[in-house]
Amino acid sequence: MNKVWRCFPFLMVMLVVGFTAFAAEISKEQMKGLDEQVQEIKGDVLGIAAELYQLEEKLLYPSDTQVAVFISLAEDEEFRLDTVEVRIGGQPVANHLYTFKELEALQKGGVQRLYSGNITTGDHVLQVTLTGKSKGGSDIQKTENFTFSKDVGPKIVEITLAEKSLGFKDL
Amino acid sequence: MTRFLVVLTTLLFASSALAAPSDPSRETQELAGTTAPQELKDLFYGEALYHAFQGDWFDSIARLDTELGQFHGLDEPELDSLFPHVHQAEFAVGDFELAYRMHQRAGRAISAVIEGKVEEPVRNRAIYRLARLYFRKEQPVNALHALERIKGEVPADLRDHLAFLRAQILMTNGRPAEAALILRELQGAEDYEGFATYNLGIALMRDGHPLEGRQYLDRSGRIDSAVPATLAIKDKSNLVLGEKLLEEDLFEGAKLVLDRVRLSGSFSNRALLGSGWADAFQDRFERALVPWTILSEREITDSAVQEALLAVPYAYGKLGVYSKAALLYGRALQAFGTEVDKLGASIGSIREGRFLQALVREELKQDANWVVKLRNLPDTPETYYLLDLMASHDFQESLKNYLDLEELRKKLVVWEGDLSAFEEIIRLRRAYYQPLLPQIDRHFRQLDSQMRLRLEQRDHVEKRLQALLTAPRPDSLATGEERILKEQISRMEQALTADGEVASGEFGARIRRLRGVLDWKIHTDYDRRLTEAHHHLHDLNRHIDALQKQYSAFVRVRQAATQSYQGYDGVIRRQRHRIGEARETVTTLMARQGHILEEMAVNELSSRRERLAEYQIKARFSLADSYDRAARAEGLKKVEP
Repeated sequence: MNKVWRCFPFLMVMLVVGFTAFAAEISKEQMKGLDEQVQEIKGDVLGIAAELYQLEEKLLYPSDTQVAVFISLAEDEEFRLDTVEVRIGGQPVANHLYTFKELEALQKGGVQRLYSGNITTGDHVLQVTLTGKSKGGSDIQKTENFTFSKDVGPKIVEITLAEKSLGFKDL
Repeated sequence: MTRFLVVLTTLLFASSALAAPSDPSRETQELAGTTAPQELKDLFYGEALYHAFQGDWFDSIARLDTELGQFHGLDEPELDSLFPHVHQAEFAVGDFELAYRMHQRAGRAISAVIEGKVEEPVRNRAIYRLARLYFRKEQPVNALHALERIKGEVPADLRDHLAFLRAQILMTNGRPAEAALILRELQGAEDYEGFATYNLGIALMRDGHPLEGRQYLDRSGRIDSAVPATLAIKDKSNLVLGEKLLEEDLFEGAKLVLDRVRLSGSFSNRALLGSGWADAFQDRFERALVPWTILSEREITDSAVQEALLAVPYAYGKLGVYSKAALLYGRALQAFGTEVDKLGASIGSIREGRFLQALVREELKQDANWVVKLRNLPDTPETYYLLDLMASHDFQESLKNYLDLEELRKKLVVWEGDLSAFEEIIRLRRAYYQPLLPQIDRHFRQLDSQMRLRLEQRDHVEKRLQALLTAPRPDSLATGEERILKEQISRMEQALTADGEVASGEFGARIRRLRGVLDWKIHTDYDRRLTEAHHHLHDLNRHIDALQKQYSAFVRVRQAATQSYQGYDGVIRRQRHRIGEARETVTTLMARQGHILEEMAVNELSSRRERLAEYQIKARFSLADSYDRAARAEGLKKVEP
């Protein structure tokens, strides 16, 4: 009897292992097929996204009036960026509060498209205000004005943020 | 038989599989192999990187696909701002697709980079990615073939990772001797501290050098480090080595090694269990009680803890303390009963869908250590039982698919709403412009014909003025008054000479004098008049330019007005249809994927429940046995003086 109940747990374990292995085998096949289908639908949805971007751009931001403002960080900047506000012609058009992930992405060299909109042709004043904290802990607030001219065709401007100053590129 | 059972059970949970660092920051580091270029010339590429650096793979791929699609459609791509970055961008797409687990597409993208004109370091990095992709998809032969294509310069930051991957692939392909050679070279590699030694030990054991293999496991089990990943592999080395020694009845050595495992690490429970058995097999049950008692007071959902709940009274039984043994068997029985009920309730909860709901909660996705956070979810206690399952590759892949599908579902819902908003915009624009445009067009046509007429006149004047530069004709610059006077003089002349002869006498002379004065004036003033005419033409041209600019601006705006509401119906209809189909597919796939996740969880909990049921049986028998022995011992005490 002693030997029987000693073997019993072993048999139970083997039964469980066997059952699990059998179930795992079926699941693996299902999972592989399903994984492929998931990849396929991702591709389809990406295709939809691409077409929708184009539709959106054409419908909402026709090239003759389109303006886009991009934000990047100057190299080796160590200050903590909290917010950026952009005004065009005195009117606020964009205001962003940065998460840690977004700040890290900018520090690695990524560029954020902060604002896409429409403006008339002619000269415009772009005002950029940044707030943040320096590495030493002191508050930073900087505001600068830039002038750019909007002609026919999309207008792209890039603002480069640094603790000491803001850079502007009219592309 | 009991010993074999113990060894089998612990081996099930401490397999001597290969170990690789799985630190999330290392994963991010490897993905950051797609870095921003030194000098970024294309802001849209930078935007794709911005999304990628945050792990928003969908947005980064969508952005980059759009950019590359537009780039490849250009007539002169070398003039585009993406041109300096195009190879990197094509590689990045494959990289991002890999991160988004679109392995089929990633494989094609990376293969395209490998076949294309890229520098050797870039190609070799791409091959490394491809090989790793195959390895993760459990295609070790393809992984090996991929690695064989590596030639020439390998980026310095990649060398150790490449060597380690090669060793892993060789091991999986059943070539441990070659793997061992590579792992020996990696012994000093900082990124693989502990891991290289551990894997070398495993490789040597598989290659038929158990003693040498054990020496390396022992070495990795003695590493002095503060790095959490290294400490984890140190614990694993000691656990695996301890199990091997237990298997070979080398109990003292096993005890020594198992006692090195940290009390706070994830291998601690199994090490405590094994350490107790190492003593128990030497009949040192009092010593065995030390680790087993510590273990029995830990979280009961752990299988090693559950086994300890039986092992502790077993030891007391061996020490002759039957009453204590009976008490502890009773407690174990009660605890197992509670856990069995909990597991039953958990299985019910999973079937009701609450497990999946917990998995898709937003806050989990913000943290790389979401698996650990899951155990604290108050509504789903079963998640604690599922930690081993949730750490497994299959479950993680399935869960990631489920979460990705959920993200896709949300996007598709938003896009459907966007399409309705677009239709509303178009409707408003049509309602505004359509009544206005016919009248505007009519007015424009009138102005257009007037303008054309004036432009023709201007062209004619310019031609005539140009002609005057080479063939002067002063008469053409006579003023209107002068022309009238000339006419009058001619009429008078005609009147005087009715028969055509030249007029004579006083009147004739006067007429000739008048004509002379007129001609004198016209001829002498010719240069000034010509200059003035050119100035006037220049002024006119300025106004014409302004007019033409305004004309072009009007034409553009007029076109834009029409384009703002025409030509979208077909596109929107098509998009709506595609989004609808995609939503259906996503819903179906989510149901299937969710079902698989639930089945995996239910299977795991069921196997745990069955094991606990088995333990309950053993506990009941042992409890009864202990009572018998306790009663007999009591009886003997009463009988003996």
